[in-house]
Amino acid sequence: MSAPETLPGITTGPDDHGLLRFLTCGSVDDGKSTLIGRLLFDTKTILADTLNAIERTSAKRGTSAVDLSLLTDGLQAEREQGITIDVAYRYFSTGTRKYIIADAPGHEQYTRNMVTAASTANLAIILVDSRKGMLTQTRRHSYLASLVGIPHLVVAVNKMDLVDYDQAVFERIRADYLAFADKLGIGDVRFIPLSALNGDMIVDRGDRLGWYEGPTLLQVLETVPAAHTEQAENFRFPVQFVCRPQDSANPELHDYRGFQGRVESGEIAVGDAVTVLPSGRTSTVKDVQLGGASIGRAIHEQSVTLLLADEIDISRGDMIVKSVEQPQQAKQIDATVCWLSETPLSPARTYLVRHTTREVKAKVAKIDYRLDVNTLEHEPATTLAMNDIAHVTLKLAQPVFADPYADNRATGAFIVIDESTNNTVGAGMIR
Amino acid sequence: MSTLTRQTLTHLDWLEAEAIHIMREVAGQCANPVLLFSGGKDSICMLRLAEKAFRPGRFPFPLMHIDTGHNYREVTDFRDKRAAELGERLIVRSVEDSMARGTVVLKTPDESRNKHQSVTLLEAIEEFGFDACIGGARRDEEKARAKERIMSFRDEFGQWDPKNQRPELWNLYNARAHKGENIRAFPISNWTELDVWQYIEREQLELPSIYFAHVRPVVRKNGLLQPVTDVTPAKPGDVVEDVQVRFRTVGDITCTAPVESAADTVAKILLETATTTITERGATRMDDQTSEASMEQRKKEGYF
Ligand SMILES: Nc1nc2c(ncn2[C@@H]2O[C@H](COP(=O)(O)OP(=O)(O)O)[C@@H](O)[C@H]2O)c(=O)[nH]1
Repeated sequence: MSAPETLPGITTGPDDHGLLRFLTCGSVDDGKSTLIGRLLFDTKTILADTLNAIERTSAKRGTSAVDLSLLTDGLQAEREQGITIDVAYRYFSTGTRKYIIADAPGHEQYTRNMVTAASTANLAIILVDSRKGMLTQTRRHSYLASLVGIPHLVVAVNKMDLVDYDQAVFERIRADYLAFADKLGIGDVRFIPLSALNGDMIVDRGDRLGWYEGPTLLQVLETVPAAHTEQAENFRFPVQFVCRPQDSANPELHDYRGFQGRVESGEIAVGDAVTVLPSGRTSTVKDVQLGGASIGRAIHEQSVTLLLADEIDISRGDMIVKSVEQPQQAKQIDATVCWLSETPLSPARTYLVRHTTREVKAKVAKIDYRLDVNTLEHEPATTLAMNDIAHVTLKLAQPVFADPYADNRATGAFIVIDESTNNTVGAGMIR
Repeated sequence: MSTLTRQTLTHLDWLEAEAIHIMREVAGQCANPVLLFSGGKDSICMLRLAEKAFRPGRFPFPLMHIDTGHNYREVTDFRDKRAAELGERLIVRSVEDSMARGTVVLKTPDESRNKHQSVTLLEAIEEFGFDACIGGARRDEEKARAKERIMSFRDEFGQWDPKNQRPELWNLYNARAHKGENIRAFPISNWTELDVWQYIEREQLELPSIYFAHVRPVVRKNGLLQPVTDVTPAKPGDVVEDVQVRFRTVGDITCTAPVESAADTVAKILLETATTTITERGATRMDDQTSEASMEQRKKEGYF
């Protein structure tokens, strides 16, 4: 085996542009699976034995050409029914970036699956079939992407080969979409004409879309900022676990109290003044550690251990923030809730809300209205069924330390748990 | 760093931070978790992640290995050594004990014991009352894993029902379980084989020797190299060759095949991994070749 000039997928040091999570959405048969297969294939992520298995399956199902969409369907139950039922995660890597694709299927459970997939994504690819143009589904996907706060959208106008790679078709879809996106207030939207089947404008430009001068899909993925937001965010550190070694043989560790968690937003350094919630006690950061070693400071998304100058009683569910930038303490929250469970929401019941590392009992005070995700119209509602999205007011038994979801994805989000089954039944975003 | 773009973590740092966060969630939410440690490369990474998550404290969980009795000595010796170095408690439960109890019955004496680990694992979960098992499985390993949750719910019989899994949003994990039920937590779900090797290189993690190139007698069968050992002797008519090989994954001797390789350092293995043309399981697992759905089937029966 001879060494290639650049190593596919090996990223280290300053050339490492981090990790980008994105999701793909489209109606059935718009070419989502083919597009993902194409991305994996053209970035050489598909290995020979997988390809053999696909060839075998293609032959078994009577398709002659290798069907790249077979790469992306997983479970036996799904294969038997020929559909996908759940969010699947796939990985590929270029020389500079690692990617996690969340692939959400497009049938009736779609809202739930798409909200799930979108919750961790920073970019969404919305597929449009060039022959069909914008559909109700396109509007719904775009609305959900904006609801969950995905900062970057790519509208992929697929199957350009079936409209003779006609620029006018592409421009018409772009104009339609922009008229609609304006109303939604989506910030960064880009449009790319492509053929997933032929591989045009995905990784390679191909030679049939000469009139298009913008970047390929992969170029967009490679250059979009990996961080969820470019804005400076407030420091939020929900405490997950308290480390108290109490090692009597080692006097240094005897009084050690490390507060372990992940910097959900902002950054922190030794010497910063902090406040602990809910107690309101204040202190300064004595040390920032990883695995017991000092690292001095920590940024957004880093998992670390904080040591404080003063002895304060802190436990899981508390939050450490900078004293100058405190969140709201709320016992009543207004939120957009997506219902995820087959058992409908019951306003009479008490649920559990998990917000950061905090769990509190909660009751629905009011369902303000349900949203029709296709027309965005408000409708009155007394309960919520699976896939419903509604504006809801919740009463909490204890306060949570929250920011509006639009300002902070980590402290603005929560899940609803049904204590009788322990299932996750709802997802909420604080307004 | 330019002033326009916010500083972000490199992909390895991001994966590390995510895995630490998941381990701490298990420790914070579950009363009695355990970390599954086999001595293989993925679980060696898991131990380093646990150190980063919990040191200078001790791990808030013991380590456990389900031993088929058909593991390479190099690996089980390494397993014991590593646990001792870390000063953490290691529990070993053996499929052979389940066979002696009569809870594992082999169809034929030479049937692979690999899938029977599920029985021994469930017995150990019951014996110790574990409410969560932290494992090193990755979503890129196999199709049936691509939809696996990070916190995967198993019922009283240890069964995984792909249709009855909890939606996972943001990084809000729900590890709640009623008594007798069990959570399997997978902190390195989002890692690929290449990420694992990069992490091993960056953290300079020690590995069992059989991960590196060495000469070993093998028989070529179905495109795989079958090692010739006491457990898997050559059959009449087999052509035994001495080949320079390394293991990409180390598991039960009867179902793990090495690959031909001269890579004797982590750096050389990284190079091979980045340019390889065959997936880890495809090149090495004799049990997964039989059916596309075999992993899914094993998981439904309580496998890791
Ligand atoms: N002509 C043409 N066909 C395509 C293109 N992309 C996908 N298809 C075909 O459209 C059908 C549906 O594609 P698939 O990827 O399974 O769609 P999904 O349901 O969105 O995942 C398949 O027969 C594909 O081969 C394209 O760019 N051009």
